Amino acid sequence: MKVGVVTFPGTLDDRDAARAATHAGTTAVSLWHNDADLKGVDAVILPGGFSYGDYLRCGAISRFAPVMEKVIDAANGGMPLLGICNGFQVLCEAHLLPGALTRNHELHFLCRDQQLEITNNQTAWTSAFTVGQKIVIPLKNGEGSFQCDDATLAMLEGEGRVIARYVGDNPNGSRNKIAGITNERGNVVGLMPHPEHAIDTLTGPTADGLAFFTSVLTAMVK
Amino acid sequence: MAKIVVDVMLKPEILDPQGVAVSSALPRLGFNFAKSVRQGKRFEIEVEGDATPAQLAEVEKAAEKLLANPVIETFTVRVEK
Repeated sequence: MKVGVVTFPGTLDDRDAARAATHAGTTAVSLWHNDADLKGVDAVILPGGFSYGDYLRCGAISRFAPVMEKVIDAANGGMPLLGICNGFQVLCEAHLLPGALTRNHELHFLCRDQQLEITNNQTAWTSAFTVGQKIVIPLKNGEGSFQCDDATLAMLEGEGRVIARYVGDNPNGSRNKIAGITNERGNVVGLMPHPEHAIDTLTGPTADGLAFFTSVLTAMVK
Repeated sequence: MAKIVVDVMLKPEILDPQGVAVSSALPRLGFNFAKSVRQGKRFEIEVEGDATPAQLAEVEKAAEKLLANPVIETFTVRVEK
């Protein structure tokens, strides 16, 4: 089971994402933004960071990187695809997920351990959780406020496509405290907080994040 | 040489925290005229010769695809003398 981790110029969390994938029992494969080749991977992670310096809009330029053409095609064909933080922004810019991530409502860059509630365990990346499960993983972003129009919000809520919500106060002004969403098929997931930084208690606040990466193993075995 | 200007603004219903911050900083400096402030982006694109309708149409396409995100933003394209 091979999980590709894309590195764009300015990506920060590719190593932790690869480590998380390895820890979960999959084989991590590095993918370079400028290669239009997925090297035969079964799933892809777009990790966090500041790809292309966040110039123009977060994720706006990465979305047109050569590797993304293949990633988008594969995701439309059902390949599991997880976008974390900047990766979530790329997925929205690529229109694989609806909505957009905008500047945190209080303008501060946030970096803290954040409690989330899992609200959908029917996706490729959340099947190892139970609905209602509370987890704690790091949240670190400047532009993590999930925004969309009312019709899109109603659609996401109506179809159960919100996969995780912030518990407690709303850290960044996201509509309905949305921390993560999925596409209609459940193979593409975007998440603002960072599960790859919480896969063991030696390096993270908890090991709660690991289940995202073990979930995809189940999705690929199916 | 002509200059094509693309102005990009967040849609009115999208929260603009930067505009809000500017709006609350103005009165602290004694400027009390602003009911609200919205912050946007301006792109200045230089082209050889006069801007043709075909070029403007291309710029429109580029704005739709790259310069603006139609999910949260609107844009206008014009030629500046």
